[in-house]
Amino acid sequence: MDTAHTQEFKKHIRTYILVFVALLALTIITVTISTLHLSVPAAITVALIIATIKSSLVASYFMHLISEKKLIFLALLITVVFFVALMWLPIFAHSDPIIYKNVP
Amino acid sequence: MEIPYTITARPDTGLFNAKLGVWLFLTSEVMLFGALFTTYILLRVGAPTWPHGELDVPLATLNTAVLITSSITMVMAWASLVLKEWKKHKLYLAATILLGVAFLVIKAFEYGHHFAEGELPNKSTFLAIYFTLTGLHGLHVIGGMIVNSYLFFMGGKMWKTQPERFTNRIEVAGLYWHFVDLVWIFLFPVLYLL
Repeated sequence: MDTAHTQEFKKHIRTYILVFVALLALTIITVTISTLHLSVPAAITVALIIATIKSSLVASYFMHLISEKKLIFLALLITVVFFVALMWLPIFAHSDPIIYKNVP
Repeated sequence: MEIPYTITARPDTGLFNAKLGVWLFLTSEVMLFGALFTTYILLRVGAPTWPHGELDVPLATLNTAVLITSSITMVMAWASLVLKEWKKHKLYLAATILLGVAFLVIKAFEYGHHFAEGELPNKSTFLAIYFTLTGLHGLHVIGGMIVNSYLFFMGGKMWKTQPERFTNRIEVAGLYWHFVDLVWIFLFPVLYLL
């Protein structure tokens, strides 16, 4: 690796450290918010938004998704579709429960 | 027989083979944990009451910090190889493995406390899904530590003969390790804070 490339790569390392600090800060924020005793829907929404931001940081920078090839995004897109479908299952089950009316 | 595309990218995918392989494996892992997260939601919305504040949040926060730190040391282990700094690489990879040990030790303390209180998986729905999710995650941490330890000891010899191939191995081992961190990022609020 020549000097120009080395300098360029060292910029990436600075980004990794910034991401690390952001992850620690977001962890403290999510724990602090959990002590505020928000209503359950609000607490779930805030906690999941923070977790999504944290996981996006890990995936984008530590797993280099930000500069990854198209094929990986295609595989991830399919995964997201199936994952979302999976998350809807309990919601469907909850909104349309089986009620055993005539069971003794 | 020589394994193809361990260093250079395959022309049609644009990736070296191991990277695509590990990413496909990770997509299957998303579905594995996804199935258990769905189970968690189904059990929680169906339960008349759900325990809150029974788990040790400070200990789990510490464990979150430990795992995040192990992610940065893992990425630095790879970055050191790209910069051809072998000694730094060894240091960062060792730190990653030791932080994995620290995570498991802290988790073992937590488990020990539960067991001492008689809080076993068969005592409640919450404890059942708690032990299933954290147990499976713990097994993944152990798996990652085995791979990282192999790369630290025997696997490291490859650096002398095929440095680029070894760098790629560390990169894909890192992908898995970051995924394990990513799962914990969701497990922590879902089980401990909500």
